[in-house]
Formats: sequence, C-alpha cells, structure tokens
Amino acid sequence: MSTKRNTFPNFWLPYVLLTPQLAITLVFFIWPASQAVWQSFLREDAFGFATKLIWFENYSQIFSDPNYLNSAKVSVVFAVSVTALSMGISLMLAAAVDRLIRASNFYTSLLVWPYAIAPAIAGVLWWFLFNPTIGILPYALKMAGIDWNHIVNSNQAMVLVVIAASWKQISYNFLFFLAGLQSIPKSMMEAAAIDGAGPLKRFWTISLPLLSPTTFFLIVINIVYSMFDTFPVIHATTEGGPAQSTNILVYKVFVDGFIGLNLGSSAAQSVVLMALVIALTVIQFRYVERRVHY
Amino acid sequence: MAAIGLSNVSKSYPGGTMAVDGVSLLVADGEFIVLVGPSGCGKSTLLRMVAGLETVTGGEIRIGDRLVNKVEPADRDIAMVFQNYALYPHMSVRQNMAYGLKNRGTDKTEIARRVTEASGILQISEYLDRKPRQLSGGQRQRVAMGRAIVRDPKAFLFDEPLSNLDAKLRVEMRGEIRLLQRRLGTTAIYVTHDQLEAMTLADRLVVLNKGKIEQIGTPIEVYGKPQSVFVASFIGSPAMNLINASVAGNELRLGEMTLPLGERVIPQGPVTLGFRAEDAKPAISGANLRLKAAYVEELGSGKLLHSFVDGQRVVVWLAPDTQAQEIFTFSIDPSKMHFFDHSSGKRLT
Amino acid sequence: MVENRPILDFLTHAVLIIGIAFIAFPLYLAFVASTHEQTAFTSGVIPVLPGNQLIENYTIMLGTGISTSGAPPLSLMLRNSLIMALSIAFGKIIISILSAYAIVYFRFPFRMAAFWIIFITLMLPVEVRIIPTFKVVADLGMLNSYAGLSIPLIASATATFLFRQFFLTVPEELMEAARVDGAGPLRFFRDILLPLSRTNIAALFVILFIYGWNQYVWPLLITTKVEYYTVVMGIKRMAAVSDAEPQWHLVMAAVVLAALPPVLVVVFMQRLFIKGLTETEK
Repeated sequence: MSTKRNTFPNFWLPYVLLTPQLAITLVFFIWPASQAVWQSFLREDAFGFATKLIWFENYSQIFSDPNYLNSAKVSVVFAVSVTALSMGISLMLAAAVDRLIRASNFYTSLLVWPYAIAPAIAGVLWWFLFNPTIGILPYALKMAGIDWNHIVNSNQAMVLVVIAASWKQISYNFLFFLAGLQSIPKSMMEAAAIDGAGPLKRFWTISLPLLSPTTFFLIVINIVYSMFDTFPVIHATTEGGPAQSTNILVYKVFVDGFIGLNLGSSAAQSVVLMALVIALTVIQFRYVERRVHY
Repeated sequence: MAAIGLSNVSKSYPGGTMAVDGVSLLVADGEFIVLVGPSGCGKSTLLRMVAGLETVTGGEIRIGDRLVNKVEPADRDIAMVFQNYALYPHMSVRQNMAYGLKNRGTDKTEIARRVTEASGILQISEYLDRKPRQLSGGQRQRVAMGRAIVRDPKAFLFDEPLSNLDAKLRVEMRGEIRLLQRRLGTTAIYVTHDQLEAMTLADRLVVLNKGKIEQIGTPIEVYGKPQSVFVASFIGSPAMNLINASVAGNELRLGEMTLPLGERVIPQGPVTLGFRAEDAKPAISGANLRLKAAYVEELGSGKLLHSFVDGQRVVVWLAPDTQAQEIFTFSIDPSKMHFFDHSSGKRLT
Repeated sequence: MVENRPILDFLTHAVLIIGIAFIAFPLYLAFVASTHEQTAFTSGVIPVLPGNQLIENYTIMLGTGISTSGAPPLSLMLRNSLIMALSIAFGKIIISILSAYAIVYFRFPFRMAAFWIIFITLMLPVEVRIIPTFKVVADLGMLNSYAGLSIPLIASATATFLFRQFFLTVPEELMEAARVDGAGPLRFFRDILLPLSRTNIAALFVILFIYGWNQYVWPLLITTKVEYYTVVMGIKRMAAVSDAEPQWHLVMAAVVLAALPPVLVVVFMQRLFIKGLTETEK
C-alpha cells in the first residue's frame, strides 16, 4: 500500500486518532456481523428458552426452501432489470448531453437532482403514479387497453419497483457516463471523423469501447444498489408482494427476522448476502478500480 | 553559524541497499559545501539526514558540537530550501515566512522585523501579501529562501533548489544564492546534480557516487586533479576525454599514435589516459595526436571537434576561426595529462 | 467539429427533453397533488395542474400531521431528520479525517490491520446485519435517541478512503518543510492539512448530508417512539394506511417536504456534489 516517504515519529498519537473509528467499527459493524454468523448456526425456539446449535442446517434449509429460491430468482430479475434499464437510459442521456456544445451544465443540473431523493420516496412517488384508483398512469394505460393493478398482478408489481428503483439511479449513472464520455480526447473523435465515421458510428465503435471501464464499474455499483439499497423501495410500496413476487433477498431477511422472528434462518440469509457483498466488493476493487480514471 | 561534522555516516534500508556508505566530512563554519553527483548517488539522502528527515543507521552527525542523530528537525536549528519550494499554498508569503518563527514562540514584533529584513534582502517585499500561486517560479524560490533566512539558523540546507527553473533564471539565481550566503556567512550545504552549478557555488565540492565519497576538494582541485575516472568524467563540460592507452618506456601508445611523456614517470602497461578538450593544442611540428573529424559543433565562442581514437570518443576545442580540415593535429602537454589505473579507475601519481 | 446533422440534433434535444420530463414528472405530479384538496382525488380525474390548497395543506402537515397514520407532525420529523443528517455528516467527516491522517502520516504496528478493519465496513451494509446491530444498540440503551440514529452509521470506509487518497497527493515537501519549521503532527494537521482539505470536506459534506437525510432502514428499526421518527421513514406510515384510502394531498405534501432539503443541497451545490460523488467512488 502506498504511503508517505516521511512520517511523524509519534507513537501513541496514531492510535488515539484511530480509536473513534475503530471503536465504532468494532462495536457496530464487526461484532454484529460475527453475531449474525454465529446466529446462523443456531435454532432458537419460539419462546427463546432453548437455543440449539445446528451448524449448517439453517443453510441447507434455506437453499431447499422454495420461497428462498423464489426470492433469489426475484432478486436476479430485479437486479438485471434495474441495472439494464437505468444504465441504458442514462447512457442515452449522457450521449445526448455530450453532443451539446453549450448548455451541457444546464441539462446536467436538470438531470442530476434525483440522486438526492431517497429510495423510499422514489418508491412512494411511483406508487402514487401507479395507484390503481387514483394514479395517472393506470388512467392512461386503461385508454390503451391495459388494466393496471399492481396490488394483485405480480408482474406489474415487479414493473413498478423496477421503474421506481431505476428512476432514482439514472442520475448517478448519468454523471459517470458523462464524465467518461467527456474524458475521451477530442482529437480521437476528430481523427475518426476524418476517417469517415459519422456520429453514430463514432459512438458505437469508439466511445462505447472506451467507456467500458466506466460501464463495468457502473454494472457492479448498480448490482450492489439493486441488491441492497432498494430495500426501502420494496418496504414502502409492495412489501414483497403480491405473493412473494417482489420479495427480494434483502427484504426477506428483514421479514423473516423481524416479523417472522425466525432468527436463525434470517441470520443465515444475512450471511449469504454478506458473502455476495464481499464478492462484489472484491471484484470492484481488484478489477475495476484499476482502470477507471477521471 | 556552526560547523557540521559527519563521521562515517551510513544509511541502509531493510533489504540491504546502502544509500549512503560511510561518509565522513567536516564542513567548516560559514563554508559553502556542495554535494554533487548523478541521480541515486545518495546526496539528497545525506542532506536529509543532516536535516533530520531521514534516520541515521550508522555513524554520527554533529551540528556545532552537538550530536543530533536523534534530534527532531525542528530542534536542530537548521533551515531547508526544497526543490519544489514547499510553500504552504493557502498562506500568504508573509505567513509562509512567519510560520517557523511562530511555532517557536518568537514574539510578533520580532517576527515582523525579521520578515521585513529578509524580504528586503531578497527583494520580495511587494509580494508579502500574495499567495504562492500568484508568483512566478523565481519569485517562489526567493520566498522559499526567505523562509530559511528569517530563521537565522546554524546552517542552510539546499536540496536542488534551482532544478525547476529555466536555464537563464538558474544562472541568475545561483549568483544570488552565492552572494546571499557570503553576506550572511551562514554555513551551507547545497545538493545538485549539475556540475556547473557545483563548480560555481562551492567553497568545496563533495563528489558522491553510489553512496560513497569519490573526492572532496575545492573546484580547482577537483577540476584540475580528479582522483578517479568517475570524478574526471563527471566534473567539467565537455567531459574529460578518457581513453585506453598503454605506457611503454617514455612514451604513451594510443592506437597507432605515440605521444611523448616528457618527464612524467608512469608505470608501464595499460593505463587510462585523461585530457581535457582544451588541453589538446593544435600543432604542426611535434604533433602526435592526429584526429579525423567525425563532426564539428559550432559554438560561436569556439568549435568542438568530435572524433574517435582507437574506437573511443574524443572531443577537442578549436579556436573560433579554425578552418575545416580532414585531419587535425594536436599536441598535449604531458603535465596536463591525467593517468588513471586501468582497472580501478583511481588516479595514478 | 463542423458537422451538419439536423436530424441528429433534433433527436438529441428530443431525447433530452423527454429524459428531463421523465425525471421530473413524478415529483411534479406529487407537488401538484399536494396543492389540492382531498376531493380532487375521488372524482376520478387526476389533477395535472397545481391547485390552490398549497398553504393549507402544508400548514396542516407541518403542524398536526395525519392523526390516523401514527406519524407525528412534519415539523417534528423534519427536525429529527435534520439533526440526524447533520450528526451523520459531521460525525463521519471528523472520525474519517482523523483515521486517514493516522494511516497516512504515521507508521506504527498494526497499521495495516487498522486499514483492513476500516475497509471491511464497505462489505457490511446494514442490511446484512440488521438484527444483531439492532440488539447491540438496544443493549446499549441507544434506541430512540439521536445518538442511536447517527453513531452506528458514521464509521464506514468511503470517507476515510477519500481523505487517504487526498492526503497521498499532498506533496511530501510540505510536511517536511513544516517539520523543519517546528510544526509537530497536530500543528501540521491544523495549520496545513485541514486548510488544504477544505474543498474535499465540503464535497463530502454534501454527499453525506444527503446520505444521512435519506436513511430509511436504520431509523425504521430503532425508533419505536413517535417523537423520534424521521421524515423519510415516516412517509411510509402515512402512505400505507390499510383501512382507508390515504389522504394523498397531505401525503404528497409530506413527500415534497421530505425530498426538498437534499434536492436543494444538490441544486445549489452541484459542483461540490459532483466532485464528492466522483471522488468517493475511486
């Protein structure tokens, strides 16, 4: 790890400086995480009297539970949809803004502010828009012959949460795509133009490939976002329903643990998710961070 | 003002690399010493050890009579001028200069007095309230020196302060540094890789190579009597011509040519001959060095003839009005010849 | 480049306008809804233009809230959110800058271990340790408190890494000159490093304020007393009343108020915000 050539010789000071962060980390991060791991090996009875060490039984149980597998499937569908939709739209917007010579700051300001909206609020907003009784979208959809009721229709519920989650993430992806596009040297575009490539061709054959580190980076970020930060979207709108159709893994942890009080199973699910985050973080730091420069 | 003594100072890194290897040096009070050598020779490391910015792994460093190996830089009463000036970007020139004194608890009137005095000497009084980014390179360099002067330290330590300036400014500033040091009389240790800077500034030069001292001496001594092939080729521009030759009897054999050695007594056998570009004089009679011109560089004040002897490169000065020829002939006064041991590179006689 | 592509230019602008409309549309409609009365929603035609109940609705929400929803008046929740967001932002900045300073400018045993411990927090989002963290906070008696709302959230690694990255770019000579000038580590930190870190701190503050304000899961878990509800988590309770149709005009007023502070911060501090985003993701 890179470090300064010259350092201060004090002995105690660095430990003092580190204590606040390390203390909080140990108490509120590491200890609970280890508790989650420990709990995943236990089964507590309904009244909390007897706790039995059952090792990996919780794990084998969840992996054979059709509800859990359904949640896993739902999460994958959700993550892929949110990532694709959000990144697709933001790429288009970034390409459009990049083409502008003037006013790019103006458009950027108009596109960036949804980042400040909490996922929960994004959820409530779209829930309002899609409300079967008074929402404006079902009203418009009815005129196109589509009957919208996400409270009953599982697919529509998924569409709702996907849109709500993607909508919020567009600004983030937009910013990074725009920065990536703007960092491509103008001279490269000019050379391509001289070589006979029109704007669309230049976009596909030069901009996109050069954007791939950014794209890869954003894919990882978006997957982490849709697996974890979208909990409020689900909680504030469909609550995992109808019929488990939007019960993503991270939401299931909460439901099984806090509401169902099945602590062992919930803990096991948490550990599985932890493994996922670790894997994604490792990927992000080892393969992605190297090549993304601003 | 104080003398600085280094006895057998070494710096080794884990893994065994010796950046500085057994350097001993006594800098007299008020002397201007220049540490010179190629990149990686250890000169900066040595300077930083004197400053206290690097730990000493072997030997002793004394400032005045005080052993300072374990003393913090702030307590050594030295001031340093860095290559990149290291001015605090968010402080004005005045605040930059005052910082060191403030930390030492000097009272405000004294600080103000010293800042005014130093900025007067360095002619930066008009910039006192500007920030470093508003100044040119040369002005920043002066502020860096002002910061050092204001402290009235026992010694100035300069770490390649002129390397970031353009050539013309460098010449100007080097003169100013010299005058300043003479005027203040403070001991100074100056590090540079530029041998010309070293020659023009130093009371004495210390030529370093791979962590070891090759030679210590006044500029004239180092120029006129280099103690090794390394020093001979490092000091002086163009570099001294160094050619493999052999001594037989009273003569020097250079390829197919023979040169008389006059009264010099040199051990027989293979030897490395050194002579400076200006020491080969054009001659008609008694000429022994015949050089075929590879190309000639026109310098205005003279010409440089580039040639080869026995496959080895040779450079010789020509007078400004010399006509072009195919073969030039020269003689070399034996007393101006330098001889170095063929294998060790050390000076003979 | 001089290229005449009128169709593409038109498309570019069209895409942007549609994009902006898509982005703005939900919040716009929410705002419109918040300016009408209840009856506007039962008539079957959804209002798309602002009504005239703006002041009334917002006053109700700020003053008394929706009594049936179990949520307190908005003014209380906004205050809680503000306290939480500011505590998180300041808290995080302070402990991260100190840790980064320790790791970069000192060498000491277990330095790498400290670095990795801090790094681990990146891989432990609250969602994967919900119940055990809740238990710790409950055991420490920090439920229903501002301390409980903020302290567990201030130790994550991104801010520390940002400061570490920045400190590594500060020229070595600055610290060496300061040392020669008699500055010890604390003085160097206060006189030189902090002033140089100003823009980074500001950019980070913007990002962290938004992060703190928008917290949902954590306040949801640890506040059982109504007076500690924050506005973002409180919205759900208002919108999800199961016995009757929610009072949309009031709920939307709450939504607008809940979304407004972070949005204003982004709009007015856009440059700092963008800098903060791109720097923390490196």
